[in-house]
Amino acid sequence: MPIETISTTQGNHPTLPGEPPELDTRDMLLNIGPAHPAMHGIVRIVAKLDGEQIEAAEVEIGYLHRGFEKMAEVVDYNGVIPYTDRLNYVSPVINNMGYCMAVEKLIGISVPERCHYVRVILSEISRITDHLTCVGATAMELGAFTVFLYMIKAREYLWDLVEMVTGARLTVSYCRVGGVKADLPDDFAEPCREAFKKTREVLAEADGLLTRNRIFVDRMSGTGVISAEDAIAYGITGPFLRSTGADYDVRKDCPYAVYDRLDFDVPVGSRGDNMDRYLVRMEEMEQSMRIVEQAIRDMPQGPIQVDPGTGRPIPAAEMVDLAKVGDIGAIQGGSAVTCPTLEGSGQSQHSSIAADAKRVFFPPKEDTYGNIEGLMQQFKLVMHGHGVRAPKGEVYFPVEGANGELGFYVVSDGNGSAYRVRCRPPCFAIMSALSKLLIGDTIADMTPTFGSVNMIGGELDR
Amino acid sequence: MSADLIEVVKDRFPDAVSDSHAYRGDATVILRPESLLAVASFLKDDPALRMNFLMDLSAVDYSTYGERPTTAFFASSGVAVRPTALIPDEDPWPGPPRGARFAVVYHFYSTDKKHRLRLVVPVEDDDSPEVDSLTGLWPGANWLEREVWDMFGIRFRGHPDLKRILMYESFEGYPLRKDYPVNKRQPLIGPLN
Amino acid sequence: MSGEASFLTSRLGEAIGWARKFSIFQYPFITACCGMEYMATACSHYDVDRFGAGFPRFSPRQADVLFVVGTISHKMAPVLKRIHDQMADPKWVVAFGVCTCTGGFYDNYATVMGIDTIMPVDIYIPGCPPRPEMVLDGLMKLQDKIQDQHKTGWRPAPEPRPEVLES
Repeated sequence: MPIETISTTQGNHPTLPGEPPELDTRDMLLNIGPAHPAMHGIVRIVAKLDGEQIEAAEVEIGYLHRGFEKMAEVVDYNGVIPYTDRLNYVSPVINNMGYCMAVEKLIGISVPERCHYVRVILSEISRITDHLTCVGATAMELGAFTVFLYMIKAREYLWDLVEMVTGARLTVSYCRVGGVKADLPDDFAEPCREAFKKTREVLAEADGLLTRNRIFVDRMSGTGVISAEDAIAYGITGPFLRSTGADYDVRKDCPYAVYDRLDFDVPVGSRGDNMDRYLVRMEEMEQSMRIVEQAIRDMPQGPIQVDPGTGRPIPAAEMVDLAKVGDIGAIQGGSAVTCPTLEGSGQSQHSSIAADAKRVFFPPKEDTYGNIEGLMQQFKLVMHGHGVRAPKGEVYFPVEGANGELGFYVVSDGNGSAYRVRCRPPCFAIMSALSKLLIGDTIADMTPTFGSVNMIGGELDR
Repeated sequence: MSADLIEVVKDRFPDAVSDSHAYRGDATVILRPESLLAVASFLKDDPALRMNFLMDLSAVDYSTYGERPTTAFFASSGVAVRPTALIPDEDPWPGPPRGARFAVVYHFYSTDKKHRLRLVVPVEDDDSPEVDSLTGLWPGANWLEREVWDMFGIRFRGHPDLKRILMYESFEGYPLRKDYPVNKRQPLIGPLN
Repeated sequence: MSGEASFLTSRLGEAIGWARKFSIFQYPFITACCGMEYMATACSHYDVDRFGAGFPRFSPRQADVLFVVGTISHKMAPVLKRIHDQMADPKWVVAFGVCTCTGGFYDNYATVMGIDTIMPVDIYIPGCPPRPEMVLDGLMKLQDKIQDQHKTGWRPAPEPRPEVLES
């Protein structure tokens, strides 16, 4: 380790009467982690301390390295999506979306407009949950346990919303190459409005408890300061960079999906300290809610579920059996009653959730079991030796993750699985600057600084 | 816009650029390794380009490119399956840089001009690959290069402290190379399974 | 304690078991995504405090249940083993999430395929991540195990899984 030598320094401490004038002091090496109480992740910080001042810090990561990039070469294109969920696990849909859009750029297809809107809505909800977790955990470490409980309560309401759409709370695997898993339920707008109303109440309460709280302000202001030039030199993006004054947001500067049609503001700080990052994140949550409300209002109408009264409902298993013996007359005009897992991905919603690309996206189950074209399309995508075979090439696609620019660099050699998938993690750059951020602050300032870095181990170590 | 970027780099360094393309709109320049530092500092300082962000630094191991077998469902029975053709592409990719096993890939971005550029630097020596380090220009390159060393074994000349970052110190081998099997275990404690 | 305990000592054992199971001092060793579900279980919606397990102790010397939450990589394994060794008896280990039970879908060079290869585990809670209801179910099973400790005796450490040579 580079910080090995323990130097003997002469401290210039003020002398009390009767005390010897020169005190012999030594620096101390304090090992913090990898198992430490902060709920953020596993990292080791070896701090060289002079009393309580941090003189140098060495940050050691890699304790959660799970081989994402190696696994992406082993499984097929759609099989990487569960691995991307677990990258930045507090905002999983953003990672899914980034990877799927990179592969779609490589293949050269684009999804329908409604699908873009659905992806944007879920991404922004994921961004809100990420910021809630980050601000809540930081506040808890500074002693404000109540704020943490309130924010996790708000996160539960949002997770209920996500579960309504995707079926899972945390690791959703929602996007697919060429679309999404299922359309929004017909009655999505009302629960969404309710959840946002409760989230806004929680944010107002947290704001009242923290923003003008003397202890919070004293601990957060002036600590963990970084200048905009240094941040750019380290490759830092996202709320961390925006708190320093540099205005870079991938959604505004290199817009993707439907962000160029939506009207929202990007909060930018000025001082580059922890307080500005807290304020930027609080405001970003409000802006994300604004984006979702606009998106729900503006998105093209999806098809209404086939009314079971008019289309005669047939249990799916029965439909399959009748189709196998060729009795098409009996199933014509009927609508299959499928398992709840397939809700939202039926024949009527298929055109709004899937790109019009037979080589990429599965057919709806009614077609898979109902006619030969659907069966062939399913076979061609599922069996070994077939699958989504992207053309040979390389692409890089950046999206705005909750921590900054999340980029996916995908190289394909024409096979059914990717040749190389590289995830550019936003918090990697921030953590590489952490040793510089900590110098000059005290040990107690490390807590809010590390909290506002929002280090997510899954993304940092992959 | 991406074509202009490539033209600017080519005009300034005509003999450093060995190839270029803009597949799917991503401006890419393939460089000769010895000119990396000069081109990188030009990208950073030139007023027309102003690439202040080194977004990403990674590497690709092209040793099994185009040769990976496609597993067939009936492979054990001896029945061969002819795999489906690729999704067609009107503007095909020129291909990986010829002759080199490793290529180090840099992504740059400019917050002023809002343009991106990718530099691909094929590494000459396959056995002990080495490239110049960019830590002098961008301090953020420090950890990114450590990760490439850890995962691929590519050395960076001029790096202040090149050591493993994601794997433990006693790990042997470079996991992301194509010849490292995905489930070869070297545990520090515990059984080998 | 052997099976021939007398009436008074078995009542005492039950009382000790009852006291232990309702005052669990957990050490949540959080590494990855399961930590989010652990936070959700510990907070107000699916409160774990009503089981008496609401106070996490972030020091192995002060804890009796080690919740291993999230994937353990080979780099982290020695640290985990050390934390486990630092805990005083009686101690229990809960493998939270499928990555700690069997390694999950990270079947590669970096992940420990189940923490029971390095330490004895009492309760396995599968799921990726497990829903809070499953976590509470696992916690209740742990409480049953703690309660019955006086009948079954201090459980011996299970045999570690046999070494599998790399193919």
